[in-house]
Amino acid sequence: MRHILSVLVNDQPRVLARVANLLGRRNFNIESISVGESEEPGLSRMVIVTRGDERTMEQVSKQLHKLVDVIKVQDLSSHPVVARELMLVKVGAGPSTRTEIAGIVEPFRASVVDVGSNSIMVQVTGDREKLDALLDLLRPYGIKEIARTGVTALSRGPIKVPS
Amino acid sequence: MPHPAIATDDRKEKVTEQKEYTGSEILLRCLIREGVDTLFGYPGGAVLPIYDSLYHKGIRHILARHEQGAIHMAEGYARITGKPGVVIATSGPGATNLVTGIANAQMDSIPLVCITGNVPQNLIGTDAFQEADITGITMPITKHNYFVTDVRDLPRVVKEAFVIASTGRPGPVLIDIPKDVSNAKAHLEYPEKVSIRGYQPTTDPHPLQLQKLHAAIAKAERPVILAGGGVVTSGADQELRDFAERTQIPVTTTLMGIGGFSGNHPLWMGMPGMHGTYAANHALLECDLLIGIGVRFDDRVTMGRLDKFAKGAKIAHIDIDPAEIGKNVDTYIPIVGDVKRVLQEALEGLPRSRSEGWLKRIEDWKRQYPLTFRPSEKTLKPQWLIRHLYETTGGDAIVTTDVGQHQMWVAQYFRFAKPRSFISSGGLGTMGFGFPAALGAQIADPDRLVICVTGDGGFQMTSQELAIAALENLPVKVVVVNNRCLGMVRQWQEVFYQERYSEVDLSGGPDFVKLAEAYGVKGLRARTEEEAKRVWQEALAHPGPVVIDFEVDPEENVYPMVAPGSGLDEMMMGDEET
Ligand SMILES: Cc1ncc(C[n+]2csc(CCOP(=O)(O)OP(=O)(O)O)c2C)c(N)n1
Ligand SMILES: [Mg+2]
Repeated sequence: MRHILSVLVNDQPRVLARVANLLGRRNFNIESISVGESEEPGLSRMVIVTRGDERTMEQVSKQLHKLVDVIKVQDLSSHPVVARELMLVKVGAGPSTRTEIAGIVEPFRASVVDVGSNSIMVQVTGDREKLDALLDLLRPYGIKEIARTGVTALSRGPIKVPS
Repeated sequence: MPHPAIATDDRKEKVTEQKEYTGSEILLRCLIREGVDTLFGYPGGAVLPIYDSLYHKGIRHILARHEQGAIHMAEGYARITGKPGVVIATSGPGATNLVTGIANAQMDSIPLVCITGNVPQNLIGTDAFQEADITGITMPITKHNYFVTDVRDLPRVVKEAFVIASTGRPGPVLIDIPKDVSNAKAHLEYPEKVSIRGYQPTTDPHPLQLQKLHAAIAKAERPVILAGGGVVTSGADQELRDFAERTQIPVTTTLMGIGGFSGNHPLWMGMPGMHGTYAANHALLECDLLIGIGVRFDDRVTMGRLDKFAKGAKIAHIDIDPAEIGKNVDTYIPIVGDVKRVLQEALEGLPRSRSEGWLKRIEDWKRQYPLTFRPSEKTLKPQWLIRHLYETTGGDAIVTTDVGQHQMWVAQYFRFAKPRSFISSGGLGTMGFGFPAALGAQIADPDRLVICVTGDGGFQMTSQELAIAALENLPVKVVVVNNRCLGMVRQWQEVFYQERYSEVDLSGGPDFVKLAEAYGVKGLRARTEEEAKRVWQEALAHPGPVVIDFEVDPEENVYPMVAPGSGLDEMMMGDEET
């Protein structure tokens, strides 16, 4: 099963390396890691998307906890969650196909953020399925480059999920 | 004990808080405040400021002949005292020479504080002379590590390092100090206490889990205790004895747990696993309740065959490290806490198990399948030798071992009655560990007899530390179980590779007697039981260090043995045994 972990860590040099190193050496799968500031100064929030059965997830969480720079580990998967990813895609597009692509992009609430002579850049946010669906539609036009941020997520509602 | 001159010096300086110190002075003052009495290390460019401060400070420093020697000494010291061993090495090769020792300490939960110098910060990342990213290199093999960028952080970092190394599940902590930080000046305020937000080990057990444990014990008919290094680390040997006696549960001790439960106790079954006893392994196979105490269900015990291991048993697991619980085996009663605290609390209202019939069966197993070897008139049998060491020392000695056949024979034939007496490299299986660890142990406990049982292979990996034995007059008795080969590898080649002996012959020497003498250490040799008896007495009577070359039968193998991939039910008992 796919799990989204929200990990509060000390904003210290190498903290990303510590986490990635641990997951790698214990043979845990990483689909994506994103990291940025959190609500508390001095702490960063890492969102890790990983796969594994219950036992593996318990190990992931316990092993992460052993890192001194890890303050809190939450598995968001068993709670209502908002999970989003940002994607930028450069699609082949001449003057004739630009409007067509703009039409495809619109229902996804994506936007065209850059236009070149034979390509345009599309920006889209959403869950992974939505981003994948848009990619499938854009593929026939020729995808030149993709950059995705990986998932970031928060649990819904006012209450924090207990760790 | 801090050096008296410095202790008073420090008190005086409390008044003059204004005074500034260099990073290296701060470091040493912090170490003294932590009660560090001995440093193990080796100098070099990046730690010149630290060694300059050491020149004035007068803490005892052991100048090992190789950084690996220094760190294994620190590990031996830590395993005896329970306090962190402290090592210093320079940047680059000095730091990388520590790596094996750090990994060893991580595997065996040995408290260490490792201090390395590094190039000045303006050169970091430039592949400067003797630059190595030791923080990156040791990230997966330390409990935690620090790269100090500001001299003002140093007191807090040192304090945290000692707290992290010595509490919870102990382990190695590395502090990497670039040279400019060692030279920079700051005020010294050493914190008495630190609170580390991301580090809060659970020491007290959950009462509900203890109730479940009691209930399971009361019902159990075939219970077993598997006791590991955690018992020794937390100093819970007496609690374990009370626990086992009151519940009437038989005990098997892992390699790391040896001495945590007396080898002379009637409830003891010996070591389990790959070279374990028949009784211990069969108890693990057939038990209905398995209580793991301070163990991690390592594959040398379970053989990785979890389908066969304690198949019909409920497993209760007591450990300070929550990540160990459920890592390898499914756990019915998880109990996170310090082993000593858990056992103390568990003793209250502890029921007796229904083990009468089970204990009889185990007694039968012990009687029917004891450890055996075929004695010989002509050659010196290594098993006989270890038993002789045991019988002549009353089991009172500290024994360190290296890694290989001799290590297993010590685990099998030397009966340890007390904790912190058997010092061996368990998790990493580090050849070269035994001899420097013995020196560290002797430094930690100058009055106890320290025997290092080592192999002719392993001894050569760190024998340069004979210089330290001689200089410091550390009366360690080095027993070289000399089979002229890499015995354990040879055994595997014999059993699993149809006797294709590939690169295991060490018959080229050296002459260990002459090697000892080259360092001014007494060297002795024995080839028969008679010689062995005489020479061993001579060694014990000698007040200084001795190396004894025991030329043993090179064809002897360690039995029983379970092949990797086999279950504990498939024990090879050794066909030539009687
Ligand atoms: C540093 C290191 N290298 C290699 C090994 C693999 N190894 C395990 S036991 C062994 C043989 C050890 O030979 P010796 O020290 O003579 O001890 P014996 O088995 O003969 O008693 C070897 C090579 C190891 N454990 N550690
Ligand atoms: Mg050998």
